Amino acid sequence: MTFEYLVVFAPLLGFLISFLFGKKIGPRGAQIVTCGMMFVACFSAISLFFSVILGGSQYVVPLAEWISSDFFTANWALRFDTLSVVMMCVITIVSTCVHVYSVGYMSHDPHRARFMSYLSLFTFAMLMLVSADNLLQLFFGWEGVGLASYLLIGFWNSKDSANSAAMKAFIVNRVGDFGLALGIMACFVVFGSISFETIFAGVESKQDLTVNFLGFDVHALTLIGLLLFTGAVGKSAQLGLHTWLPDAMEGPTPVSALIHAATMVTAGVFLVARFSPLYEYAPIALMVITVMGACTALVAATIGLTQFDIKRVIAYSTMSQLGYMFFALGVSAYGAAIFHLMTHAFFKALLFLGAGSVIHAMSDEQDMRKMGGIWKKIPFTYAMMWIGSLALAGVPFFAGYYSKDMIIEVAYADQSWFGDLAFVFGILAAVLTAFYSWRLILMTFHGKPRADKHVMDHVHESPFVMTAPLVVLAIGAIFSGAVFYNGFVGGHHDAHHGAAAIHAEVTPHAGDAHHDGAMDEADAHHEMAADMHHEDTAHDDEHHDVFEAMKDRNLFWQNSIQVLPENDTVDAAHSVPFWVKKLPILMSALGIALAYIFYLVTPSLPGLFSQAFKPVHSLFFRKWYFDELYDYIFVKNTFRLGRWFTWSDRRIIDRFGPDGFANASNFVAKMASVFQSGYIYQYAFVMLIGLVAAMLWFAPLDLGAIWDGLMNFGKEAAE
Amino acid sequence: MFDLPVLSLMTFLPLVGVLFIISVRSTKEDVSARNAKNTALFTSLFTAALGLYLALQFDPAEAGYQFVERMDWFPSLGISYYMGVDGISLFFVLLSAFLVPICILASWHSIKTRVKEFMIAFLILESLMIGTFCALDIFLFYVFFEAVLIPMFIIIGVWGGARRVYSAYKFFLYTLLGSVLMLVAMLVLYVQVGSSEIPVLMENPVVRDLQIWLWLAVFASFAVKMPMWPVHTWLPDAHVEAPTAGSVILAGVLLKMGGYGFLRFSLPMFPEASELFAPMVFWLSVVAIIYTSLVALVQEDIKKLIAYSSVAHMGYVTLGIFTATTQGIEGGIFQMISHGLISGALFLSVGVIYDRLHTREIARYGGIVKNMPKYATVFMILMLGSVGLPGTSGFVGEFLTLVGIYQVDTLVTLFAATGLIVGAPYMLYLYRRVVFGKQVNDDAAKMPDLNFREISLFVPLVIMVIYFGFFPGYILDRVNPSVDRLITIYEAGLQKGQMREAALMEAAAVKPAAGGAVSVETQNVDTVPAFAPYDPNEFTGNGDLPMPIINYNE
Repeated sequence: MTFEYLVVFAPLLGFLISFLFGKKIGPRGAQIVTCGMMFVACFSAISLFFSVILGGSQYVVPLAEWISSDFFTANWALRFDTLSVVMMCVITIVSTCVHVYSVGYMSHDPHRARFMSYLSLFTFAMLMLVSADNLLQLFFGWEGVGLASYLLIGFWNSKDSANSAAMKAFIVNRVGDFGLALGIMACFVVFGSISFETIFAGVESKQDLTVNFLGFDVHALTLIGLLLFTGAVGKSAQLGLHTWLPDAMEGPTPVSALIHAATMVTAGVFLVARFSPLYEYAPIALMVITVMGACTALVAATIGLTQFDIKRVIAYSTMSQLGYMFFALGVSAYGAAIFHLMTHAFFKALLFLGAGSVIHAMSDEQDMRKMGGIWKKIPFTYAMMWIGSLALAGVPFFAGYYSKDMIIEVAYADQSWFGDLAFVFGILAAVLTAFYSWRLILMTFHGKPRADKHVMDHVHESPFVMTAPLVVLAIGAIFSGAVFYNGFVGGHHDAHHGAAAIHAEVTPHAGDAHHDGAMDEADAHHEMAADMHHEDTAHDDEHHDVFEAMKDRNLFWQNSIQVLPENDTVDAAHSVPFWVKKLPILMSALGIALAYIFYLVTPSLPGLFSQAFKPVHSLFFRKWYFDELYDYIFVKNTFRLGRWFTWSDRRIIDRFGPDGFANASNFVAKMASVFQSGYIYQYAFVMLIGLVAAMLWFAPLDLGAIWDGLMNFGKEAAE
Repeated sequence: MFDLPVLSLMTFLPLVGVLFIISVRSTKEDVSARNAKNTALFTSLFTAALGLYLALQFDPAEAGYQFVERMDWFPSLGISYYMGVDGISLFFVLLSAFLVPICILASWHSIKTRVKEFMIAFLILESLMIGTFCALDIFLFYVFFEAVLIPMFIIIGVWGGARRVYSAYKFFLYTLLGSVLMLVAMLVLYVQVGSSEIPVLMENPVVRDLQIWLWLAVFASFAVKMPMWPVHTWLPDAHVEAPTAGSVILAGVLLKMGGYGFLRFSLPMFPEASELFAPMVFWLSVVAIIYTSLVALVQEDIKKLIAYSSVAHMGYVTLGIFTATTQGIEGGIFQMISHGLISGALFLSVGVIYDRLHTREIARYGGIVKNMPKYATVFMILMLGSVGLPGTSGFVGEFLTLVGIYQVDTLVTLFAATGLIVGAPYMLYLYRRVVFGKQVNDDAAKMPDLNFREISLFVPLVIMVIYFGFFPGYILDRVNPSVDRLITIYEAGLQKGQMREAALMEAAAVKPAAGGAVSVETQNVDTVPAFAPYDPNEFTGNGDLPMPIINYNE
């Protein structure tokens, strides 16, 4: 039972100790504490993998009450089902690697204790996010990782560019969070609850419900789906809200590996996968997700082609890969998306840490134009970058091969226009991915050295604390695809299992009295589900073989991901035509070959090409002008409006409000004081006027008659 | 349990402290200053201890008023000294009692002239603030509510900055104008209902048309206090010129009187008018949230920036209150408490660097994280609270109000929720310019970090900000019964109004049948415009009115 607490709270403890007592225990102490806590968390996560996924028991551990206002309740709880445990394993493994790596990478930084504590804070928030049992705790984790990201991007806080990047990340993410927050409220209004159990249980009965939003009657589930997706767009840097991710590379490289490649940016993918029961009934939302993902995959890849900053190339690659995950989600292949999420976490963290190793070796140089010819000097890093790139490009038997091909196949198998679009874009992006990956390798390691001699003399392999994590990640990048293929996306569709997967509930493991209280609701639903599917009751008995779950995705995912049988593209993907299965590999080979031609065989070609296709090249190079556009539309105008409103406070509200009032009373007082002249004749005159006025007022005078009389008098005089 | 008159003790104990300060005379300036400071601190700490006792003795399940005290005041008029707290007012009383000692400690060194008088003013202020939140008689409330102005006016006007006189007068006039209208409204209420007790007035709402006028009159007063857009312009000036402690109390407690007033008066006493004007309040709130957030972004003066952010945060409060949903109102109350802690602490932290460098200009700082790491941490936590990050108290209130408003109007929600976006940049930008970046100013780079006294000011506030972020239950549980009761009263009031209207319609419909002709009165009743001024003569001649309307001209 303690593993459940340890996996989440060990990092928190590490954070608190190293943050509050960082001075007392010193940097070395902080490193030991945080890394030690991460090892504990990692071990706990792996043991949970065995008990929850292989043991087939999913449950919720209630912690405490959080917010409770009438029907609106949100409690602290930890949910352990396949989806969250997979995420926990990925997070803790990568995070542990990054923690250890950081000990070496940040060894010269005076604030390394603080750095370690922030890394642990991030890990805690991320674990809270994935283990959430309701939307609000998810939001807590969501914002928490955003905060950690902000703190870590701006870690070198005397650098202006780092500060700007940190602010940008926070604010752009807030735009997404705005959508997510609205989505949470919409969920509350539609389902009367923000707890996952209640929402998922109510989806089927609400599938035709329409609600009023901004005066329009819209399909409730689609609305919720799109609002939640807005949050995902921000966090996962999808097109439109992606501009913060490349800038986030201002942070130290371990941060980029952990937060901006392996874990935080995949939170959006997790969110959509978590809401698979809802998205299954919101086809329009899925369509939007597919199109968005496909466009992001392609656009990011085109930008990645042209960048020179080694970290930015990988950042755009991350964005592109996230696009892949999203279009997989969009065609209901949630398992495939999470599969790619996992393999990507390994190989992309490997690439980033490898890049960090290169940067470390090159005395903090990030521009690939100033690298080259160093592969013999840092052969280990070189090999690691190769492994990462091979996995990224989807070369057979590396991890990416299994997950990425799967995604491209499910897009094809979806048999819809947006599935086809995603397929085509995915194939194109695959070429580009392979191309820029080898462009990176060739520019960085091969060719003639372009750095100055002083730097070149200092090129050295990283110390053991930095290389050991790379080995762990490399193992993941090589083997995680093959090992987990069957569990994540394998096994044939079986109506029996499929139905079981959809309708079985997260229930406390038999004999585990601990969670009974919190699970009443789920129990009730379980009974309902059981009533509907009597034939599934024998299902649990099939768990005898512990590794059964590794062979069949229905057993593996249990019910944490739910797909309607007619949407099951993963199943259809197993029977796509031969050419669809082989095309991605061919494309990757093509990309690699092109990169060799461009950057090793005839190094003059890139220059010629960028000259020949100048408009296209500058479009890619300037990142499709998103930053310029946003700066022009939003940033400038926001400040302009702010200044204008400040002006209006003074010149309109104050002027006609209090100051105007004061001036007016001053004026009246001055006018009144004129009457206080002290001259008797003036007083007498005023008195006289007053008397006349009073008489006019009270006397029943017919003014009309007087007027007529005057007019007639005039006429008479004229006559 | 209720034997001890806790509320009266809390209200008048500070005045006893004042007596002590006045009675101890000393020819030496520093001695009398020290005496005054110590007396004020101990008095306020004792009051805070009483507050603690109040919190512990408070029965969380009880929706009605607790610790009730009643004594004849003007027996011939039926006006009494009537005190009591319920879940709604409890936390405002506590907030006042806890912030004052902090303020006094914060002024320990920064107030150098007329220390004795400052302490006297502050203690009087405390007494009046607590009284305002405890009073259950409208005239008693009015006396406290209005009298608060005087010490605050003096604090700004005497110990303030360069433009203190302008700001003090602006503050005074703005609030006084609204107050005068409120007094009129109270008199009308008193005459109409025949009682000045708040609970009685809540149970007996006046007719709709009169409600509209009274609501507007009361609104004028509370909206200024809140402050709502566009009557907010006194706040930045007052904050900028006020001494640190003044700003803390202003942001921490005085603004909450507006929200408290809405909860005690507008919503329960004028339910129909509240329902009618709710959309107006929503849109004013939305404008406040967006407008002032943008204004805050371009400020060059730290205090002004935080002052504007207060207006934005209060926008959520008004938004939540007038949704008349449990989440909205509880969110509004929580937001007020949380804002009291956060913005109070933010003003304190501005005070810290102001004491060192004597400037509020953002550009004069920069990179102070290097020499003031503890300060940077505290300021960071407060900034995040202000931004409304989950895990701080700022989030709970903001989110609950949004949940409340979502159930009422999604369009308003859409705009109000942009506060999540526009609420972040100005604080981040402020933090970046003051705390992060290069150390460009030598004197700013030499500022010493927080000393023990300053840390002890911040620690309780920061702990509460985080604690209530994770466990808001302590507040929400105690607020909940009273809010439920408030909503019941509100809905009963609406229902009464509907019945009254139905009866009127019926009466009007019966008439032509009896008279044989379509009378003018029927049309009047049918097409009574929403904003029709109350005309007591309108119904004269209708002998069969369902409800007697007391003509206040008689």
